[in-house]
Amino acid sequence: MSMIKLPESIEDTVVNLLRLANTKLPTDIGWALEAAAAWETNPIAHSQLGAIMDNVKKAEVLGRPMCQDTGIPIFYVRGKFDSSIAKDIAAGVSKATKTIPLRPNTVDPLTRKNSGDNLGNGMPIIHYIPTDDDFTEITVLLKGAGSENMTRLGMLNPADGVDEIKKFVTDAVLDAGGRPCPPGIVGVGIGGTADECVAMAKTALIRVLDEDNPDPVLKRLEEDLFIKLNGSGLGPMGLGGSTTVLAVKINTAFCHTASLPVAVNIGCWATRRASVRISDKGSEYSQGAKL
Amino acid sequence: MRSLRLPMSPDVISSLKVGEVISISGQVITGRDEMHMRAIEYSDEGKPVPECIRNSTLYHCGPIMLKTDGVWHVIVAGPTTSARMNKLEPEVIRRFAIKAIIGKGGMSPDVLGAMKEMGCIYLAATGGAAVSLAEGLSRVTGVEWEDLGMAEAIWKFQAENLGPLIVAMDCHGNSLYDEVKKKLIRD
Repeated sequence: MSMIKLPESIEDTVVNLLRLANTKLPTDIGWALEAAAAWETNPIAHSQLGAIMDNVKKAEVLGRPMCQDTGIPIFYVRGKFDSSIAKDIAAGVSKATKTIPLRPNTVDPLTRKNSGDNLGNGMPIIHYIPTDDDFTEITVLLKGAGSENMTRLGMLNPADGVDEIKKFVTDAVLDAGGRPCPPGIVGVGIGGTADECVAMAKTALIRVLDEDNPDPVLKRLEEDLFIKLNGSGLGPMGLGGSTTVLAVKINTAFCHTASLPVAVNIGCWATRRASVRISDKGSEYSQGAKL
Repeated sequence: MRSLRLPMSPDVISSLKVGEVISISGQVITGRDEMHMRAIEYSDEGKPVPECIRNSTLYHCGPIMLKTDGVWHVIVAGPTTSARMNKLEPEVIRRFAIKAIIGKGGMSPDVLGAMKEMGCIYLAATGGAAVSLAEGLSRVTGVEWEDLGMAEAIWKFQAENLGPLIVAMDCHGNSLYDEVKKKLIRD
């Protein structure tokens, strides 16, 4: 997307990354919203999609966060890196909170005391994916609470099979109603262990919408759920209509022979993501990197 | 789109029907989980609560605010998920005679009941449309309970054409969310 010459500190790179993610909706999600607005016939649904697209344009032009819930930033660091990167990312989050500005969202879970800088025990959340590449790629996913609070994990029985998986996902989305700001992305994890399953559902939200699942069985399942959910009538913001989801994305992993874990992690329409690839050549920013 | 001035008279509130699109101008305050908890706690203990809560138009919103040269400005201000306040809202509506709630996602039958009893309506703002909605809230008139933090404090605004807002729950016991839910196709 855009190349910034070195030297740029990791701290400043993270500030730029958070600014990009907060102020510019990924192009593929923008297209999906436009397509939805073209086929949507319910007038209230149409007004909601119009308000969303209008807001997206203003956020980009004014350089403001598109949503006041700037979320919890979840980082994925891939490639080559050393342990000091955690400190640098944290410094970037703190600086971005003041300079963009972001809403200070992180609190102690029991006292509810706010740290004021989006840091605190366990924050920011960073996942590490070491590879043999000669670059460092940082991807951030901003997760607001409205959608995150609708997360579900089901430890199904192996005998339940695909029909029960479909029912579990459908119920999770429809019971959530307007709370997770539909139309959004439904991230689904199938398999793994309980914790892995939820993690897979979340990383599914990072996948570019118009890139097909390479596994034909999963592609079909994603399409079936997409059709089913958009035929439900829930609509944008749960106010009715034929646009309930922009995409369904599924990740799978092998699981124990006695288990069938299924997790649903919903992304709101503003599923904000951005990546930066740092190499000898400089920092290259984009919004469609693969993990 | 009907453009209405706050405070709305009981007749105007009563005339608003589910599905109608409106915009509003006048005093709007924000309040979320912590504000609801404290308002009930203080009123139980006989402690004073900010006068602006009474008869208010209450926006479920935790905005991003910025103080420059000693003056507060709104950066962005979209709605938060109203259902989190389901347990507390009936009591808040009754004790403080809330006239209108702005939020997203709708609220429970208990809240709908309290709204009917007290003549209150629920207006749905588009979730995430925080830049556009902040345009209608550019005049910041004050802040109460700032110690609750930026997201949870009570921010006072003089709204100008804040909208579009959908009348999603009226004061006659009708809810657009319930209508949609009843017709949902799950199979």
